[in-house]
Amino acid sequence: MSRIGVFICHCGENISRTVDVERVAKAAEKISGVAYACEYKYMCSDPGQNLLKKAVIDQNLDGIVVAACSPRMHEKTFRKAAQSAGLNPYLVEMANIREHCSWVHEDREEATTKATEIVTMLVERVKMNKKLQPITVPVTKRALVIGGGIAGIQAALDIADCGHHVVLVEREPSIGGHMAQLSETFPTLDCSQCIMTPKMVDVANHPNITLHTYSEIENVDGYIGNFQVTIKKKARSVDMDKCTGCGVCMAKCPQKKIPNSFDKDLGMRPAIYVPFPQAVPNTPVIDRENCTYFKSGKCGVCQKVCGPGAVDYTQEDQLVVEDIGAIVVATGFELYSIGEKPKGSAIKGYGEFGHGKIPDVIDGMTFERLASASGPTGGKILRPSDGKEPQQVVFLQCVGSRAREKGISYCSKICCMYTAKHTMLYHHKVHDGQAYVFFMDARTPGKGYDEFWRRSIEDENAVYIRGAVSRLYQKGDKIVVMGSDIALGIQVEIEADMVVLATAVQPRQGADLLAQKLGISYDMYNFYSEAHAKLRPVECATAGVYLAGACQGPKDIPDSVSQASAAAAKVMTLFAKDELEREPIVAKVNDKNCVACFYCKKVCPYGAVEEKEIRDRQGNLIKVVAWVNPGVCGGCGTCQASCPSKSVELDGYTDEQIMAQIEAL
Amino acid sequence: MIGPIGLIRRIGPIKEMIMHAEKLKHDFEPKLVAFVCTWCTYAGADLAGTSRMQYPSNVRVLKFPCTGRIDPVFILRAFQKGADGILVSGCHPGDCHYMAGNFHARRRFATFRKLLEFIGVDLERLQFSWVSAAEGGKWVEVVTELTERVRSMGPMHEFKELELEECWSGKLDTAELKEAYEAIP
Repeated sequence: MSRIGVFICHCGENISRTVDVERVAKAAEKISGVAYACEYKYMCSDPGQNLLKKAVIDQNLDGIVVAACSPRMHEKTFRKAAQSAGLNPYLVEMANIREHCSWVHEDREEATTKATEIVTMLVERVKMNKKLQPITVPVTKRALVIGGGIAGIQAALDIADCGHHVVLVEREPSIGGHMAQLSETFPTLDCSQCIMTPKMVDVANHPNITLHTYSEIENVDGYIGNFQVTIKKKARSVDMDKCTGCGVCMAKCPQKKIPNSFDKDLGMRPAIYVPFPQAVPNTPVIDRENCTYFKSGKCGVCQKVCGPGAVDYTQEDQLVVEDIGAIVVATGFELYSIGEKPKGSAIKGYGEFGHGKIPDVIDGMTFERLASASGPTGGKILRPSDGKEPQQVVFLQCVGSRAREKGISYCSKICCMYTAKHTMLYHHKVHDGQAYVFFMDARTPGKGYDEFWRRSIEDENAVYIRGAVSRLYQKGDKIVVMGSDIALGIQVEIEADMVVLATAVQPRQGADLLAQKLGISYDMYNFYSEAHAKLRPVECATAGVYLAGACQGPKDIPDSVSQASAAAAKVMTLFAKDELEREPIVAKVNDKNCVACFYCKKVCPYGAVEEKEIRDRQGNLIKVVAWVNPGVCGGCGTCQASCPSKSVELDGYTDEQIMAQIEAL
Repeated sequence: MIGPIGLIRRIGPIKEMIMHAEKLKHDFEPKLVAFVCTWCTYAGADLAGTSRMQYPSNVRVLKFPCTGRIDPVFILRAFQKGADGILVSGCHPGDCHYMAGNFHARRRFATFRKLLEFIGVDLERLQFSWVSAAEGGKWVEVVTELTERVRSMGPMHEFKELELEECWSGKLDTAELKEAYEAIP
C-alpha cells in the first residue's frame, strides 16, 4: 500500500479564490493510498517546503502530489525539497490546479470538482512512479553564438574572455550587424562605428574565437552539453588565408553599379566587395549573382590583379561540423518593409504611404545611412531623388507597430528614441530645416531617455504632432502629408521634402526556420520565446540554448548588450562543471520482449536506438535487440508508442503511469 | 472638430464581460480528456491561465513529452473510462521539440481514425489539433468548441458498455455459468 502525501496550495488567493482547497484536501484524504493531505497558503515558500519535508519524514511518505501551479513553474522546487528529505525526486508530481483550473474557471463548485479530479488522477499516477536517478553527461566546453551583431559579439567576447572557446557564425560577409550601420546612438549621440568597430576587431583577434562569416547554420543535432552543429560556409570565392585586404580587386572590378544593401541601396558597390570599409574580416566576397565572370565566363579581372592570388572562382560551399556545448542565439531583427510585404505574411502593407514608389519616403535605417559619416552621402542629409537638402522633414512613428489592423500589435520600443535622435541629427546638419514628428505616444523609459526626447523638442526645435497620418502623395517635388492633430482637433497638411517612416522591428526572415533546426519555440511574429517571461528571460525552454538581443523581442543597444552578457553568464555557469545532470526521462528496452523489428530505430529523431547483440557465455549469439543510448535519447517517447511488442518504456511516462491516470478519470 | 475616435474604440472588453456574466446551466456536462504535449499545448494551456482566459471546466489534461508518445490505446481506454470527447494536441508541424514526433503522431492518428470509424465511433468526438505555446487563445477556442460539440452530441455510450463483460460475452444467467465465473482466480 502506498503512502502518498497530497499538498494543496492556496497560492495566496490565486487558487483558493475559486477552488475550495479544504474540500479538495478532505477528498484527497479519502483516496486509497493517501496517507496525508493538507493545504497551505504558499506551498512554494520556505515554511511550505518545510511542511512537505517534515511530512515526508514523519509520515514516511513514498510519493507526493503537490496541487498548485503548473509543473513548468515549480516542479523542480518541490522535487528538490522532497530530495532533501530523502525521497527520490521523481516520486513527486504536480497537479496543476492554478493555470488549468482556478484561473480559467469562475464557478467555485465546478473548479473544486475539477481540482479534486485532477488531484485524484495525479495520485493514481504517482503510485506507479518509479525511483529514477539523474543521468550525468559530459559537457563540451565550446559555445556557439549565432549572429554577429552587437549582442552576438558581446556574448562571444564574454564567453571567450572567460577562457572558453567560442564559434561565432554570421550570415553576412562581415560581423557588425545593424549597429555598424547606425550613425550616432541615443541617448549620448556617440558615434556607433567608434564604439562598435573596436569590439569587432577584438572578436577577430581573440585567440578563443573562431569566426565563420558568410556562413549559416545547416543542422543542429544533440542536446545540452553535446550539440553537433553543421555550419555551411558559403563560397566566398576569395581565399581568406591568402587575402591581405588590399582592396585592389574592388577598385578594378568593372561591374560597379550594384546597389549596396548595407547602405540601404543608396550607394553602389562592385561585384567583389566588402560591405563597408571597417568590415571584419576585411576579406572581400564575390557576389556571384552579379559578377560578370560567373554570369558569362568572361572578365576575371580581380583574379588577374590580385597580388597574393587569393581570388578563387572554383571555391564551393563547405560544411563544417563543430562540437558545441551551449548555443547563444542572437540573430537580431530587420525593419518591416512596408513597400513589399514578405511572401506568406499575414501583415498588411501601407500602400497609402507610397513607400517604394515615392523615392523620398524612406525608412529609419535609410536615414541612418544618410546621416552616417561613412554613408553614401558622407554624412550629408540629402534626398535620394535629386540629392537636394530637404528643408522640411516629416517623421512618422509607429508605422507597422501598435497597429493591430495591420497585423502587428506590439510596440517596437526603439522608434520613439531613434526618431528623437533623427530630428536632432537633422537639426545639427540642416540648421534652418524643420522636423515634424507624428506620434501616438512618446515612450521613453530608460536612463536619460526622456531628457533626450525633451531636448529634441526644447533645444532642437522638433515639432511633435500627436496624431496619425492617413495618406502621403507626391505633388511636384514635394510630398504632401495629410494627418490629424488630435490635441488641437484639426486636420494637418504638411508639404515635406522628405518623409522618414519609423517602421516596426521584426525578427529576421527565416527566424522560424532556424528555430526549427534548434528546436526552440517562437511566437506568432517569429520572435523567439524565453523559458519564463520574468524569471528565465535569457534561456529557451530547450536546455542549452540561450537568447540575446532583438531576436527575442524589440530591444535597444543597452538592452541587447545586457542580455548578451546575461546569456554568456548562463553559458559560463553551464561550463563551470565538467559533467551535467540530465533528467532521466529516457527510453529503455526490455530485452526479453524485444523482437528486433527496429521500428523504434526508424522513428527515433535522435538516432539513439542501436542494435545490441546478446550472447551466452560461450559467445554464441542468442538474439539481437534494440538498445537506447541514454546519453543521446531526447525522451520524446515516439519509440514506445510505435513498439508493436510493447518492449520500450519511457521512464517518467510509462504505460502504467498513464493508464493509472486514465483509470482515475 | 474631430472627436477622439481613437480613444473610444479602445474602451473596454464590454462584450466579454457580458459573456461571462450569464453562464448557462446544461442538462448534460460531457467529460473531455486532452492528451497534450508538454512543450507546446500544455504551455499554451498554461498561457490561457496566466492570461485569465475562461473556458468550460469539462476538460482534464494529460501531459506527455510529445504527441509522438501517445498510444492510440490510451484513447480507447479513455473512451471506455467515461470520456465523451477526446482532444489530442501538440506542436505545429515543424515546431516539434523532438523534431518529428508530431508527424509520427499525425500519421498514427490518420490511420487510427479509420479504425475508430470502422468500429462505429463518431469521429466528431475526437479532435486532433496544433496549439503552440503562444496560443493561449487558440487553446480556449479548441476546448470550448469541442465541449460544445460533444455536449450537443450527448453522452457516449458505446465504449462504456464494453466495460461490462456481459455486454459482449452474454449474460451469466444460469447458476452453472455464475459458478464457473466466480471460480476464475
